[in-house]
Amino acid sequence: MLQSLTGGARQIDCDAKNIRQVIERLDELYPGIRDRLVEDGELRENLAVAIDGDIAIMGMLEKVGANSEVHFVPAIGGGS
Amino acid sequence: MTSNQVLSEVEFNVVGKRPIRPDGVDKVTGRAQYGADTNMTGALQAKVLRSPYPHARIKSIDVSKAEAFPGVKAVITAKDLPFAALSKEELGDGYTALKYASDHMMASDKVLFKGHPIAAIAAVNAHVAESAMALIQVDYEELESVVDVREAMKDGAPLVHEDLRTNDMGQISDKPSNIAAHMSYSTGDIDKGFAEADLVMEREYTTATVHQGYIEPHNSTAFWNTDGQLNIWTSTQGSFAVRAAVANVLRLPVSKIKVTPMEIGGGFGGKITAYLDAITAVLSKKAGVPVRTLMTRSEVFEASGPAPASWMRVKIGVKNNGKMTAVETDIAMDAGAYPGSPAMQAIVCAFACYDVTNGKVDGYDVVVNKPKTAAYRAPGSPQAAFGVESLIDEICGELKLDPIEFRLLNAAKEGTRRIEGLVAKRIGLVECLEAARDHDHYKSKLSGENTGRGVACGYWPNRGFQSSVVMTVHFDGTVSLLMGSVDIGGTRASIAQQTAETLGIAYEDVKPTIVDTDSIGYTFITGGSRTSFATGLAAITAADDVKEQMITRAAKIWDTSEDDIEYVNGTVSHKSDEELKFSFKDLARQLATTGGTISGRSNIDPTGEGNGYAVHLVDLKVDPETGKTDVTRYTAVQDAGKAVHPGYVEGQMQGGAVQGIGWALNEEYFFDPTGKMLNPTFLDYRMPTTLDLPMIDTVIVEVANPGHPYGVRGVGEPAIVPPMAAIGNAIHGATGHRMRSLPMTPGKILEAGWENGNSSGG
Repeated sequence: MLQSLTGGARQIDCDAKNIRQVIERLDELYPGIRDRLVEDGELRENLAVAIDGDIAIMGMLEKVGANSEVHFVPAIGGGS
Repeated sequence: MTSNQVLSEVEFNVVGKRPIRPDGVDKVTGRAQYGADTNMTGALQAKVLRSPYPHARIKSIDVSKAEAFPGVKAVITAKDLPFAALSKEELGDGYTALKYASDHMMASDKVLFKGHPIAAIAAVNAHVAESAMALIQVDYEELESVVDVREAMKDGAPLVHEDLRTNDMGQISDKPSNIAAHMSYSTGDIDKGFAEADLVMEREYTTATVHQGYIEPHNSTAFWNTDGQLNIWTSTQGSFAVRAAVANVLRLPVSKIKVTPMEIGGGFGGKITAYLDAITAVLSKKAGVPVRTLMTRSEVFEASGPAPASWMRVKIGVKNNGKMTAVETDIAMDAGAYPGSPAMQAIVCAFACYDVTNGKVDGYDVVVNKPKTAAYRAPGSPQAAFGVESLIDEICGELKLDPIEFRLLNAAKEGTRRIEGLVAKRIGLVECLEAARDHDHYKSKLSGENTGRGVACGYWPNRGFQSSVVMTVHFDGTVSLLMGSVDIGGTRASIAQQTAETLGIAYEDVKPTIVDTDSIGYTFITGGSRTSFATGLAAITAADDVKEQMITRAAKIWDTSEDDIEYVNGTVSHKSDEELKFSFKDLARQLATTGGTISGRSNIDPTGEGNGYAVHLVDLKVDPETGKTDVTRYTAVQDAGKAVHPGYVEGQMQGGAVQGIGWALNEEYFFDPTGKMLNPTFLDYRMPTTLDLPMIDTVIVEVANPGHPYGVRGVGEPAIVPPMAAIGNAIHGATGHRMRSLPMTPGKILEAGWENGNSSGG
């Protein structure tokens, strides 16, 4: 997603300690990407962030490790 | 004869057994208290006036005659909701969200679907309220409506919301549109992938609007006391979700609202949205007494939240050996009157059964003039699977490949990276496919004319989210287990079992109770197949808390260090003195004299939920003269991680399969061209009954979820994902016709036959 802003890049390496910093680094590299991911200081309602395959329960505050893999994915609820 | 198999990896003392459900006696004797059983002294009965038009502007509403009608105690319209008094300036960026939420409960300026609430009346009884409803005069300006998802996406389509703009992954479009949102993910190089394929097939599929079909209609009883405290008794999958929705629309602090969840007569995702609670509360405030509102079945069909109709295009490229080289899909789902269809969940689920190197998925959330859609068991995934699994079967037919071997060749497994980027952890799809392949059903020969066999897979990610549990040890050694998770599928038992297993005590010594929102910490809805996993984990954590406190008490009694004591299988023992040991009950008896009772608590928000997979096999026969399909044999295979209560897991698998069979063959909302539903009764909305179906055989595959101490995965949703495609594939086997539109009614099967040059459907 959002590859129109990243010049087609699907994967970006960056130094960050939490998701907020990940998004700041992304926005430094690709201005405007923060506004596409964040609204009123929180992840957009339809988005979730996963760190190493687990949905981050603390959103922007969630810590990331030195070799963590971070994905922005659709937020999923459920029915039954 | 029905066959139920459990392929277990690990055995436990209580988890994995089939004890009697704690709520069983009340339910079979009719004593269980459902919302409609709420009967408070002096309570009024309410009725809701609903729009007869799918799309119209409200020019005026005159309620004066209704208010003057004898026996009427309160009448409300949208003007009585707080939104009416709030300005755009006051609400800022939150204006649109509140307008949608408030207008969904009661329309202020436009009605957006037939059945949209316009006004509500509380009266001494329902007959008086209904009579008074006829006296409300509403002046409408009827507007052109749009009900088909593809029509709604076109330029020039009637706009459901004049100010709605497309949110394209955070970028807002300049001009208004019925496309509320678009989201896209891709991986690899799909052009290269399709170029490498020996066979590329592309098809379009549609599905109809369907309803969850829960037996109990929506209901709510509210009492807004003069001290400002609002009490609500309701049928819901999430008492805290009701509290949040009411607090939002009525602009109240949550501390002023207490929601008590009554027994629930089915939900399947459809009892998450709070349709009646806020308006019932406002009626109560106006009347000064409790008010109860009950929907009729027709109101449930027309004004609650069905599952969306959808359109999808699927394209798959494969090598001659069946290896997939590229996949692509566009999925558009109708959200109904307000944004929020599960289109984005559909694109995540669409190819999640497969190890895909090159793929692209696009989802579109589209508003139309129908009731706002709601969750229905694995929301989004069944529609996506109908397309993907049907096309895979068509490819298998073209390449003469066995459909299970094809799926095994391409199956997602631990380490598979999905299109949205996440890497699968330990999952059990391969084990499910192998169990299906090795099952007597698949190995048996299909016999008879006009018969067919179909196979399909299904996926649901499952969820965690917040859960709270409090448990108290009584002096007789029994344990009260309080939780906020509503029990819609046997979770009282499954969570009590996990508690008993962790404490090492008997299941019968754990008494589970579902409490109101003031009596327990925040607990997310019962949905997303999360409750046995997440609230189960909360119970395990709370039980661990109890165990630690029991050790502390034993240390006090024995005047020794806690480090010298261990708790194993319900026995508290001194590690080095065999004489010193207490059973759980013995130690419980000493609590009163050693500091009082013990309570364990847990408030968690867990990850590690573990994805769920299912594989279904179906045999059926199609009558070539009438086009009627009879399902003759059905086997559901599913990875449950660890089936806490195998009987309930089998029930979930069978229930999901049956709902899927109805979705496949019969169920649909019939709309006239303007969007008025023509079949809002169970007589005309045809759900399958026991007479229509064989017993559903089940195979529970247990591939332990590493994110749970007993290996538990959610089980409520995957079973509704494969049936539509499995049945469509079997119909092809029986008739030679590829069915690409749900439901696959006798008429459509006959038409397919006529289009293919057959005189009959076969």
